[in-house]
Amino acid sequence: MGITQILFWFLSIVAIFSALMVISSKNPVHSVLWLILTFFSISGHYILLNAQFLAIVNIIVYAGAIMVLFLFVIMLMNLNKETEPQKHKWLRIAGAVAGGCLLLVLVAALKDTDIKHQQALVNTGGIGLIKNLGKELFTTYVVPFEISSILFLSAMVGAVVIGKKE
Amino acid sequence: MPINYYIFLSLALFCIGIVGVLTRRNAIIIFMCIELMLNAVNLLLVAFSKMHHNAALLAGDATTTAGTDGQLFVFFIMVVAAAEVSVGLAIIVMMYRNIHSVDVNFLNRLKH
Repeated sequence: MGITQILFWFLSIVAIFSALMVISSKNPVHSVLWLILTFFSISGHYILLNAQFLAIVNIIVYAGAIMVLFLFVIMLMNLNKETEPQKHKWLRIAGAVAGGCLLLVLVAALKDTDIKHQQALVNTGGIGLIKNLGKELFTTYVVPFEISSILFLSAMVGAVVIGKKE
Repeated sequence: MPINYYIFLSLALFCIGIVGVLTRRNAIIIFMCIELMLNAVNLLLVAFSKMHHNAALLAGDATTTAGTDGQLFVFFIMVVAAAEVSVGLAIIVMMYRNIHSVDVNFLNRLKH
């Protein structure tokens, strides 16, 4: 078992454990912090797959910007205590059983597919580097790139319009 | 790494996100679980992109850029997620200002 396998299993266990802690911790601030740990382990997976641009963008955008926004909103509402009313016990059990059934069905459907002998290239391969992605982004995908800037502008205006007082 | 491992890891993260949406009542936690599901999909897209790159390399094309599209899709998913979070959190703040709660059980009527 090489260092790549050890890193893969370590990052997978960290990701799944912290994702479970996100949905099980009572305090919303703890949930945000566990979610940041999940995003860092997913960024570790990107680095392992040599998708360096996406790893850095994931840390900057998700763990940096989006999670800070969540923390601001939680602290603004003063929700950092365990006051959340719980759902009824049977509803929670039903939700967990439904999610588990979905996982079971998907795993059972996908465990014998014919792509299971394919390998994902780890550690090597230059397609995840900025040079290649930038070239592709500004030639083939330049129209969606510009449209996404309009999307950002409208989201910004929308957030201000919704958020301002009356 | 075999592609199966990445598929099952992404499925586990996605189903954890679904269980979170179904079992919690805090609107912000539900929103965070949606982010978790988006990230599971992103991880699977990157793994498939590297899988196609590997297949193209094995087919003998040494200078191939197969699989770039998958990583650019992940980039655009991140763009849309950032816009979605800003608008969604603004809606949650406005809702908290009106009914002084972020409990989704009080949201079953959109009037008032």
